[in-house]
Amino acid sequence: MFKWLDPYAKPETLYRICGLWFPWLMTAAVATLLLGTVWGLAFTPADYQQGDSYRIIHIHVPSAIWSMGAYSSMAIAALIALVWQVKAAQWAVGAIAPIGAVFTVIALFTGAAWGKPMWGTWWVWDARLTSELILLFLYLGVIALSGAFADRQTGAKASALLAIVGVVNLPIIHFSVEWWNTLHQGATITKFAKPSIDASMLWPLLISILAFGLWLAALTCLRLKTAILQNEQHRPWVRQLAASAVKGE
Amino acid sequence: MNPRRKQRLMAVSAILLLLSGAVGAMLYALQENVDLFYTPSQLLEGIGKDKVKPVPGQRLRIGGMVVPGSVKRDETTLKVSFDLVDTGPIVTVHYEGILPDLFREGQGIVAQGTLLDATNIAATEVLAKHDEDYMPPEVAAAMKGIKHVPPSKNSPQQTYPAQNYPSQSYPTKTEPDQSSQQPKPATEAKQ
Repeated sequence: MFKWLDPYAKPETLYRICGLWFPWLMTAAVATLLLGTVWGLAFTPADYQQGDSYRIIHIHVPSAIWSMGAYSSMAIAALIALVWQVKAAQWAVGAIAPIGAVFTVIALFTGAAWGKPMWGTWWVWDARLTSELILLFLYLGVIALSGAFADRQTGAKASALLAIVGVVNLPIIHFSVEWWNTLHQGATITKFAKPSIDASMLWPLLISILAFGLWLAALTCLRLKTAILQNEQHRPWVRQLAASAVKGE
Repeated sequence: MNPRRKQRLMAVSAILLLLSGAVGAMLYALQENVDLFYTPSQLLEGIGKDKVKPVPGQRLRIGGMVVPGSVKRDETTLKVSFDLVDTGPIVTVHYEGILPDLFREGQGIVAQGTLLDATNIAATEVLAKHDEDYMPPEVAAAMKGIKHVPPSKNSPQQTYPAQNYPSQSYPTKTEPDQSSQQPKPATEAKQ
């Protein structure tokens, strides 16, 4: 069924594709990121209750959404790496994990900075905040585990398994605000209903979400390229590439 | 799919399935303990199958909507009391300190403190809870008829009833042992 995907799993092809996509993704990411954040932070109207403080939503929500999005993509790559033993997928796990961890840190930090003036506290151990913190620990676990074994293959397998198992946390994060009493408010846009945010604030938010997604994709391409070169450094095609790069200078 | 891949896929799926089952069962068992706060109805009617009610002296969090017109401020100190409601019962929170900016009548709040009796709580911390609706002030005025008014302006000066629960004579943060000596209900972990 997935036979048509096979050629893309070849490191050399994947390296070319990542190199081809990276400049476009990065350009699009920077453009949308500028548009979304400047529009959201400076040109949207203030909220009727929270005044200007709510503007941090334009950074908090995109980073939180993609901290979970990055985790799902990492887990899919981990599944492919474990079951089909695709090397490139295993490198993708290592490429995505630190980016996802940083997105999670951004989400937690902007959430705290938003919570202090609005709720009156930096942190509270409610279900949403705690499960997002666990997501950060899962990322750190995946990163740490891959380097924790003398045999790199064992480390890669262990971290891939942890990445898959951690998927259990994703629905908990998303539904925590519905299943339990939390200080964190419910979902504004990720629900099967009309977003409960005014259109003048929704558009920059959607652009920011798109921007963070593109940014994640671009950084993944860049990191995956490096991982491919590192792991394939003794292969002829990498030597050829290095030789032609030296000649080009 | 060759047999070895199939085997690995089955193994990974089995691990994931078992673990989600275990986590699901765990969270189901902990259901009430994961809640951050009691609602006023939970406080008065109890929660769970056993209808466990918190006992006076227990430290807990209470969350609900501030009943409009119920905020009473002391003229000379920072003492304030207000009523909280969710779907029916009303409980009163007594607090001394600065309230968060978002605190206002009709607003959801979460207070942490000690249960004095069935419907009174001496709070040591009051947090404001906001909802997931965001809109400019004009839209809010048109849709909800809400005008942003700081809480200090919309409540007429009401005097704090002096005979009500002076905060010193009740167990507060300095005497945390009080609650642990009493038989522990399952909800203790919620604190």
